[in-house]
Amino acid sequence: MTDQTQIITPEGFAEDRFAETPVPTLEDYRGGVAVFLPVNADPASLAPHFSVLSLIVVPFASSADGRGFSLAAALRAQGYKGHLRARGHILVDQFRAALRSGFNDVEITTTQAARNPEAQWRAVPLGTGYQSRLFAA
Amino acid sequence: MYTYTDFDRDFLRARVAEFRDQVARRVDGSLTEDEFKPLRLMNGVYLQLHAYMLRVAIPYGTLRSAQMRKLAEIADRWDKGYGHFTTRQNIQFNWPKLSDVPDMLDALADVDMHAIQTSGNCIRNVTADHFAGATPGEVEDPRITAELIRQWSTDHPEFAYLPRKFKLAVTGTEEDRAVIRFHDIGIRVRQQNGEIGYQVVIGGGLGRTPMIGKVVRDFLPRADLFAYLEAILKVYNLSGRRDNKYKARIKILVHETGVEELKARIEGAFETQKRLLPDLNPDVVNRIHESFAPPAFKETDFDPNTGQTPPLQAFIDTNTHPHKRADHLSVTVSIKPIGGTPGDATSDQMRALADIAETHAYDELRISHEQNVILPHVHRANLPAIYAALRDAGLATANIGLISDIIACPGMDYCALATARSIPIAQQIGEAFSDLDAQHDIGPLKIKISGCINACGHHHVGHIGILGLDRAGVENYQITLGGDGTEDATLGARTGPGFAYDEIVPAVERLIETYLDHRSSPDETFLALYRRLGLAPFKAALYGDTHAKAA
Amino acid sequence: MPRPFAPKIATANHLLEGDVIYFTDPGWSRDHSDAAVAQTVAEADALLARASQEPHLTVGVYLADAALVDGRPAPTHFREAFRTCGPSNYFHGKQAE
Ligand code: HEM
Ligand code: SF4
Repeated sequence: MTDQTQIITPEGFAEDRFAETPVPTLEDYRGGVAVFLPVNADPASLAPHFSVLSLIVVPFASSADGRGFSLAAALRAQGYKGHLRARGHILVDQFRAALRSGFNDVEITTTQAARNPEAQWRAVPLGTGYQSRLFAA
Repeated sequence: MYTYTDFDRDFLRARVAEFRDQVARRVDGSLTEDEFKPLRLMNGVYLQLHAYMLRVAIPYGTLRSAQMRKLAEIADRWDKGYGHFTTRQNIQFNWPKLSDVPDMLDALADVDMHAIQTSGNCIRNVTADHFAGATPGEVEDPRITAELIRQWSTDHPEFAYLPRKFKLAVTGTEEDRAVIRFHDIGIRVRQQNGEIGYQVVIGGGLGRTPMIGKVVRDFLPRADLFAYLEAILKVYNLSGRRDNKYKARIKILVHETGVEELKARIEGAFETQKRLLPDLNPDVVNRIHESFAPPAFKETDFDPNTGQTPPLQAFIDTNTHPHKRADHLSVTVSIKPIGGTPGDATSDQMRALADIAETHAYDELRISHEQNVILPHVHRANLPAIYAALRDAGLATANIGLISDIIACPGMDYCALATARSIPIAQQIGEAFSDLDAQHDIGPLKIKISGCINACGHHHVGHIGILGLDRAGVENYQITLGGDGTEDATLGARTGPGFAYDEIVPAVERLIETYLDHRSSPDETFLALYRRLGLAPFKAALYGDTHAKAA
Repeated sequence: MPRPFAPKIATANHLLEGDVIYFTDPGWSRDHSDAAVAQTVAEADALLARASQEPHLTVGVYLADAALVDGRPAPTHFREAFRTCGPSNYFHGKQAE
């Protein structure tokens, strides 16, 4: 998180647990604990590093671009257990989908946070949806 | 028919509350229009030319009479007393105020209905054969699969912000009334060695680049359905184009990547999903199976001659389809009165249909993709009473499958994207051929009209397709011939230059004269004749001999 | 030869009602002939910018060509003409108001 951004967890606005962790881009990644994974990257390419990675940040360039949701789900499907963060233009109305796709928190700009204060995020119903009921074998 | 559980009902109410809040946040500035638009679209709210439009889902086209009555009530209370049935088994209200939409959605929820995912870049309302559960030759009622897909795709966290809209259709017969080869995913229920499974077709679509879907699995075992659908959607969500909305549909991904390469990627994703996705919840599945059990069919001795009249016989000849039981039929009620707007029904007509279904037809109604209403299960003994009631409601037009049974999109009369009008063209063609005997003589003919290249009126698959364009500020109509949306999927071929607004109906009349002059016998349909002779005689009739020879 | 500049008006739909409105600079009207007219490219840009400043009232603001008839703006393209009256299949919309 920077001065210009706000972290939001299911509990509401939060401090950044990873404030001190540098997050290199995928190109600069040399096997460290954090990485910034662009939405056109192949999630499988990171699989060898899952055991050391504790933070993956996935960008949302626009709220209309839903690739990040599938990318998060793919990372979880391939066994990533660490922290997953959605960074960028994420609407209050997408918070539920983000958490259900596997993200732990989202990071938005403080400008957007001023328009979408904490109460709006806390009002999002986080109950389960159709899928967990349909596949509850 | 599927009846909602408390879970389904709670979900709907929560969604209505959420939309109410979204409208409030749009008004107070928490949401910009760019942010709000995808959210309102996902709740069925479009902005048209003169007003908003609310598109209500009729999942796999099935309605109970109480639901139809509620649609009538909504039309009277918040709209202008009518509704428009569409080619995707929806009903559209053309005049709602945004501020009234949350109340309309609450009224819909009273009868287990909604407008969720009827628009936007998400998985849309799933459609199915309108004779599902009634037609002979069905492997299984396709609505069982369609309802499973509805539950899976509703509010799916991964697939609500796709590159573009995503449409699925399901059929349970080898004949295709669900147009599965023109959907993003088309599904045909099949049986192999006693086991139920699916043929899966991907990448079909109309719009500006019409494409016929490609088969990617001939027999997918039932247990693998969702792992496979998720694999397709994942591949599409991550690699579909987002730079150009006209190239964003999966059909373009199939085309640009090549079906073999894409299939390999899908199979790769499928292996992972198959491993990870838990099995379906048997309670949910059993409940769905039970809800599509056929009604308790009436057993009565009846005399087929009782109440018979020539008009009734003519109605039965055109407007019915065989039923799996010999003593029953499916009745198609034409929503195409001569000179009317294709697919529009008044609230009184909706109530009449509800009453008929409740009294004479096991309380069930369907909406077809040809914009008509169907009574799927009708005992033959009830035909005279049904026909009389339909006549009283102005709904007894015996023109199913004939030249005046036209599909037309809303066009420039309503749609903000239109380049020309389509409804008045349909009205005028109906009037030009208003004589039903003449229509019968012309025989089976599908005319389909779109008011722009998006092809909502399916013009590419019309035997005669009409596309309205804007040529330098004037309406202009192009003709295509020989399209077919059934199991013989074919795209129509363009005849040549377009026609002005006041020339298009005479041009259609010339096409019909040509057909009547050239057919080998009255049994040779327009489409069969076109397949035998090709464009040439029609071009000659449209543009004169010289042009035809030059072309 | 470049086409001569056609006068422009700014139009939109009302956010809550959804019906067609015209920018009168300042303010909005339901009547096309009340619209403010821009006579040059620069005026048109400025008109669009001012019309776009009330997102809580409007949706989809854009410029449309107009012709001056007795000094008041009238639509030139058939799409804009339909927007001033309503659909052709029913007597609904502005024509009925
Ligand atoms: C507000 C009115 C409407 C708008 C703005 C609209 C918009 C569109 C657009 C943009 C497309 C092209 C999508 C693409 O190729 O990527 C399309 C396709 C389609 N629409 Fe509509 N539509 C409207 C009304 C309707 C109606 C009333 C129907 C049913 C009668 C309908 C059914 C379809 C179908 C079947 C397709 C083509 C199949 C496909 O490729 O998906 N639409 N629509
Ligand atoms: S085909 Fe064009 S004009 Fe017709 S409804 Fe679709 S987008 Fe509108």
